[in-house]
Amino acid sequence: MPVTMKTVRVHLGGLLCLFLFASLSQVHAARIGEITEISVWEQALRFFSFRDPSLRFALTGAILLGFTCGMLGSFLLVRKLALVGDTISHAVLPGVAAGFLWNMEKDPVAIFVGATLAGLLGSFMVTRLTATTKLKEDTALGMVLAGFFGIGICLVTMIQRLPSGNKSGIDKFLFGQAASLGASDIQLMAVVTVLTIGLVWLFYKELLTVSFDAGFAHCVGMPVPWVHHGFMLLLAFSVVIALQAVGVVLVSAMLITPAATSYLLSDRLHRMVIIACILGMVSGALGAFFSFLGHQLPTGPFMVLSAAGLFVLAFLFAPRHGVIHRWWSQRARSGQVRRENTLKAVFHVLEREEFKREGVTFMELAESRRQTLEASEESCRELQRMGFATLPPGEKALYLTPEGMRRAQTIVRNHRLWELYLTDAANYPPDHVHDDAEEIEHILGEDIVRQLERQLNFASRDPHGKPIPSPEEIVSVHGAGSGGLPGGSTGYGKPS
Amino acid sequence: MSELIPAWDWQNVVVAPWTTDLPIYGWIVLMGFFVCAACGLAGNYLILRRMALVGDAISHSVLPGLAIGFLVANAWTVGGSADDASAAGGSSHGFSYGLAVFIGSLVAGIVTTLLIEIIHKRTRIKQDAAIGITFSTLFALGVVLISVYADKVDLDADCVLHGEIAFVSIQPFLSFAGHEIAPAPVIRMGIVALLTLGLIVLFYKELLVSSFDPGLASSMGIHATFVHYALMCWLSVIVISAFEAVGAILVIAMLILPGATASLLTTRFPKVMGLSVLHAALSAVLGTHLAIWLNSSTAGCMVVAGTGLFGLAWVFSPSQGLLKQWLRRRKTSQESVREPESEHTGIEGA
Repeated sequence: MPVTMKTVRVHLGGLLCLFLFASLSQVHAARIGEITEISVWEQALRFFSFRDPSLRFALTGAILLGFTCGMLGSFLLVRKLALVGDTISHAVLPGVAAGFLWNMEKDPVAIFVGATLAGLLGSFMVTRLTATTKLKEDTALGMVLAGFFGIGICLVTMIQRLPSGNKSGIDKFLFGQAASLGASDIQLMAVVTVLTIGLVWLFYKELLTVSFDAGFAHCVGMPVPWVHHGFMLLLAFSVVIALQAVGVVLVSAMLITPAATSYLLSDRLHRMVIIACILGMVSGALGAFFSFLGHQLPTGPFMVLSAAGLFVLAFLFAPRHGVIHRWWSQRARSGQVRRENTLKAVFHVLEREEFKREGVTFMELAESRRQTLEASEESCRELQRMGFATLPPGEKALYLTPEGMRRAQTIVRNHRLWELYLTDAANYPPDHVHDDAEEIEHILGEDIVRQLERQLNFASRDPHGKPIPSPEEIVSVHGAGSGGLPGGSTGYGKPS
Repeated sequence: MSELIPAWDWQNVVVAPWTTDLPIYGWIVLMGFFVCAACGLAGNYLILRRMALVGDAISHSVLPGLAIGFLVANAWTVGGSADDASAAGGSSHGFSYGLAVFIGSLVAGIVTTLLIEIIHKRTRIKQDAAIGITFSTLFALGVVLISVYADKVDLDADCVLHGEIAFVSIQPFLSFAGHEIAPAPVIRMGIVALLTLGLIVLFYKELLVSSFDPGLASSMGIHATFVHYALMCWLSVIVISAFEAVGAILVIAMLILPGATASLLTTRFPKVMGLSVLHAALSAVLGTHLAIWLNSSTAGCMVVAGTGLFGLAWVFSPSQGLLKQWLRRRKTSQESVREPESEHTGIEGA
């Protein structure tokens, strides 16, 4: 059996390294060859049969703590207190040691009480430090973290030196070992989880208000300090129950990472809390699974890595806040702006010629936009691809389609309306309005254009004396082809 | 409790370290001082830049760099030499180990800084959460690497957290021209501390301006981003050279404690620098005595001593200490009692 364990470990390590450090893969390639696939499957089967009692405890514990940490972490994150979790988790260490010293054994209740008190003391010290000194909050957090943790390390070393403390397993609190969870630990975790759910459910409105606008909460008569301290108490509870499974150092990760992931996935707090709970549970379960595969491996780091993996997925693929979506929509937006600018330039050339002819040569366009001939030809081809213009072969000129004309008029109309608005309503001098309008013309939606029209009394000339294309004009050009649009929806701004 | 705290023994705790046991404790104190001073000097800039917790982050996230450095070095010296090297203990791995670990930690420092920036800039996640995600993930990665390759990496996760500075004096001595001068880690840390001081003296203006006013810095032609990354890199060098000997906890604490204590006592930056070095020296000495008395982790005791000094400064600082604030409040309220008709003063005193 030891041989298979070893191969499992080697296999897992090899996989990890392959996955994470492609550059190192050669080094471990030899070892991957030694894998005995069976042993991994055996171990995985053992996991899913849930026969091991210690495995059942570990899994339940991991899921419970993932749930609680995800829930409280969401509130921490939106309150911009992410690292308070880190500080509290380090600050509980002396409390754990003191709880152990109470009757020299690993009594879950004594340790729980001691650690909670130490955590609360830590969060109180941070508040006092920032209130009474000129130190910034991050320094105060770091101060409390380091000071309390130092004291904790001293105490733990002293306990381990004692004859009775040697086998105490108190060092397990540093990195966590979910396999060492017992039935009484699980009961405690379940109690805390139920308590957390109940309190958050009851006081959701208060927590929400205090998280986003403490000043408002104070004005409507909510007991802001009480909500804050109550929340800190819950946080200390959850940190303490998570300690045994993930360890002091990595609790903060379970608080921050699932919450940050769900922050990327949702814009509503209640949805964010629910998603964070689910993500926390999933990372807890995955962590327990991986750590079970590799046998003696600590559970905490695997939970954290699973949570981080989920975060990376959300970071890349989140529907609205993911990097890929952002990049894509930025690209689409800049393409649209580029096309609209070309259309506008074409319109200006046509307007200069008083619409006596239909085509615009590349040369004229290049002169109007002050760019090279090649660049203007390229932007004309782009218009053709989008169906806004036709480029008859061999003519070096472009003719707007009805749709292209409509778009060009719309954008010029947006521009001139905005210029007029700035001079009339905001008292800008007429020579200062162009740059502003140049930016806003691409963004103005239909509603705002309607408002502008009303406010400007359906004016027909912009501050520079140029005519503003009227809605009727836009419809009639378009209508030449398709017989007119239903009333009012002349369309402004964004193409569909 | 009595078995937890040993009896106070003046001779053993206070006198002996400076007389009979000087060859042991001298090096420990010196090493502690070098670590605390180097961290304290660099930490001042972290505090100024409101990045106190970035120091915490970097000292956690160099762990995977360290582990990968070890693995790579092992791959280089395939064969029997790996076992010999790990048997010989912490610092005598020879040049390739030193270099691999050094590069690994440097890369880890840069990667941490980059990841924090990317998460912070590319998404709507705030900087503190980005710091939290980055360092905890990297630390977890480091712990996993160490436990998977426990037989290959001469590191112990516990030891990394609160490494034992007390072993510093039994490390092999570095000899020069036939004379044994000092244990190798002490020499290394001394060089790092001196280099830190030298770099700060050399780039004092750049560091100061870019810390207080990045806008002014860039108008003076100082590349603020470059300064930021350079500071982070140097931070990881300090962290890594302190790591093996004293563990992460002393580093994290000493990045913040000296600067925070000094800034309670004065507002002039050069004085802050001087006071933080003084704080480093005091906490190294007091911490050693405390550790001898309590028979506890030396690094942990140095942190406790440093925290104690901070507590003293908090209460007794002549300009902004708690005592001073209390006296000032009392004086104001007494004045307001003396002239009860002035409602305005009464409100101020309350």
